[in-house]
Amino acid sequence: MNDAGPEILLEAEGIEKSFPGVRALGGVSLRVRAGRLVALLGENGAGKSTLMNVLSGVFPPDAGTIRLGGGEPVSFANPRAAQDHGIGIVHQELNLIPGLTIAENIWLGREPRTAPGLIDYGKLNADTAAILSRLDLAVAPTTMLGDLRVGQQQLVEIGKALSARARVLILDEPTSSLSAHEVEVLFDVIRDLKQDGVGLVYITHKFEELAPICDDVTIMRDGRVVGESAFRDITRDGIVRLMAGRENKETFQKSAAALGDEILRAEDMRLPAEGIGRPFLVDGVSLSLLAGEVLGVFGLVGAGRTELLETIFGLHAGRGTGRLTVGGKATAFASPADAIAAGLAFAPEDRKRDGVVLPMSVAANASLASLNRTLRGGFISDAREAAHIKPYIDRFRVKTPSLDQLIVNLSGGNQQKVILAKWLATSPRILLLDEPTRGIDVNAKREIYAFIDELARAGLGLIVVSSELPEVLALADRVLVMCEGRVTAELPRAEATPERVLQAALPDRAAALAF
Amino acid sequence: MARPDYKILFAQFRSLLALALMVLVLSLLSDRFLTPDNGWNILRQISVNLCLSIGMTLVILSGGIDLSVGAILGLAGAMAAGLLKNGLAIPGTELVIQFSTSGAILAGVLVGAAAGWVNGFSITRFSLPPFVATLGMLSIARGLTMLWTGGFPITGLGDGFGHLGTGVFLGMPLPVWIMLALTAVFVVSTKCTRFGRHLYAVGGNERAARLTGLNVSRIKIAVYTLAGALAGVAGLIVTARLDSAQPNAGLGYELDSIAAVVIGGTSLAGGRGSIWGTVLGCLIIGVLNNGLFLLNVSPFWQQVVKGAVILLAVAIDRMNSRVRE
Repeated sequence: MNDAGPEILLEAEGIEKSFPGVRALGGVSLRVRAGRLVALLGENGAGKSTLMNVLSGVFPPDAGTIRLGGGEPVSFANPRAAQDHGIGIVHQELNLIPGLTIAENIWLGREPRTAPGLIDYGKLNADTAAILSRLDLAVAPTTMLGDLRVGQQQLVEIGKALSARARVLILDEPTSSLSAHEVEVLFDVIRDLKQDGVGLVYITHKFEELAPICDDVTIMRDGRVVGESAFRDITRDGIVRLMAGRENKETFQKSAAALGDEILRAEDMRLPAEGIGRPFLVDGVSLSLLAGEVLGVFGLVGAGRTELLETIFGLHAGRGTGRLTVGGKATAFASPADAIAAGLAFAPEDRKRDGVVLPMSVAANASLASLNRTLRGGFISDAREAAHIKPYIDRFRVKTPSLDQLIVNLSGGNQQKVILAKWLATSPRILLLDEPTRGIDVNAKREIYAFIDELARAGLGLIVVSSELPEVLALADRVLVMCEGRVTAELPRAEATPERVLQAALPDRAAALAF
Repeated sequence: MARPDYKILFAQFRSLLALALMVLVLSLLSDRFLTPDNGWNILRQISVNLCLSIGMTLVILSGGIDLSVGAILGLAGAMAAGLLKNGLAIPGTELVIQFSTSGAILAGVLVGAAAGWVNGFSITRFSLPPFVATLGMLSIARGLTMLWTGGFPITGLGDGFGHLGTGVFLGMPLPVWIMLALTAVFVVSTKCTRFGRHLYAVGGNERAARLTGLNVSRIKIAVYTLAGALAGVAGLIVTARLDSAQPNAGLGYELDSIAAVVIGGTSLAGGRGSIWGTVLGCLIIGVLNNGLFLLNVSPFWQQVVKGAVILLAVAIDRMNSRVRE
């Protein structure tokens, strides 16, 4: 794009940002123009949210400049500073306080005061009423936020951004829990804002949302901008190609699969959602897994992949439903303990939250699922524990000074290996891996790929959930694609091209005809 | 046996150092401090707090808190004393079940365990925060104690029962034997059994523990039941020593036991700490109380000093964990 056209409100250039072990942004540039909406598209992990966090002052970039209205480069110490410069953001997650009213939430930290310094509730509520009517929200400004539906709360979050009269407004997947009518209202508000000369950045996975509001698109992949275009000059297929197409950097070579009997069959798995958006988080998913097979499950965030694994593993016993057959025998798991006894193992996505016990040692973490094999006369024997665990710690090449090292002192990749060791120590037949390489460095990643391959050759059945397309394509014998709780495609390895998998993963393909 | 957990070792080493320093200073300041009699005196005095604090350590390791141990102590002591002295009248009949000394002792422990089980049940079954559940039990147990005693002490319990508090076996007071035995049992069970490992895992990361197939609810119920039973034991010791069950026995003791656990380096966030640390914490509080008493420091100042020690201990602990993160 050239410099002609409407005034540039915000110009980011060469933004770089790294986190330990991950380069999230590798020199990204973005322009936001007055009265135009630029859609920011890309897979999960492409760096969109990181870029928005940099632009809105959540954290500073490692390198690069941000200019406003063609002026000198600015830097934001915190989100408040960005706000003061006219940059507003609506984050994907709600950042509201349930115990305050709508009005108090919208003006939090910027409350109008009366002369003696008390909050001017008259003005507060009147100003809020104006914003609510603009959003077509028929609720009183004094309603407790916690009493609203999630969709309404999301509109309040948008109202909060409007109240700041931002010149540049960033919307990060703002419609994820909005009803169709609420989306229409939001689009009207967006059109009004464009009329008023506000520049917008809009992050979404929903292609059908682009046509009514979008002016420009910027496509990101692996922390870089890989395409920029006016919306009318690009097709949906063109966008998908840019999102998916990457040079195959993975040196991992999958070995030929020797498939055995079916060891796991799950039929009509369902997990009701608790009142948010769609009725089921997992909506009638069926799958089959053979011994020696790696089944890849791909989907965007919110597709219900994690919930599927959790439901199979018995974590939602009582809420989740479905028929499970393990090794030819119909079964039902009342708890993870039952699943483990049946030969299943589950390495969760969020290692820190669900995987490791941080204050415990490497050995204690690794033996936790199979403590009965460390007992001598009813007591845990350190010697037995070490003998039981050591082969697995060695096999996964965990880098630790000793088995007694606290696991909190290990890198993410090594923590993940300890979790693998923990599960392998239970001699499982079926391994469920949720985002097994999230947040770990390239080398550890490659090692984990090799382990997965090795375990499949040893006759285990593995289900690998990932939102990294190349990872799924490299590892899987078969790919199951999920979208909004359902299976939208099942592709054998040979037919699983990036484009086909991504097409199936994107919501509402019918609406894509509007393209 | 125990895995060398360096952070905790250091915390205990630090506590041990503080204890040694206190002993040194106090023996210079008072010639009555470093005597065998005074040593036994201190041990006898901390035996009650250590019983409570062992249970409190288990609860805090699991990531919870138990505010009801002092009240359970009072209830268990009063129940045991009342059953021993008056027996249990079956309502609507003329029947009165008489209790032997050992029967009353068993009943006291069981009453404590039952109250603790109710804590654990309400925390796991109804997802009550431990703070709230045990606060409720504090009030319930206090009220039941008043109902049972009518607000009056139950005295004259006999030599057999009194032995529990004042008896000496092989030259060592019986409460000290009880305290040592319980310490040994719980050091081993926290460090060398599956229960202990599961306890640390639940306190360290409850979600991970559940995903690893541990029965988190069962572990928590066990922990609160044990804490209640140990409070029952403490109630028996207190009652036997005074030869009297006071309706207000154990008032505020939960705070002393939390203090001992915290001074001993156990993290209130759960999953980090040890019974050994708690033993040292109890010793530090015991030596402090005893030393200040010998130095004729006003009891009001004793409270101030104890509070300052707690703040100091936790502040050092926090600085340590910040360094780690």
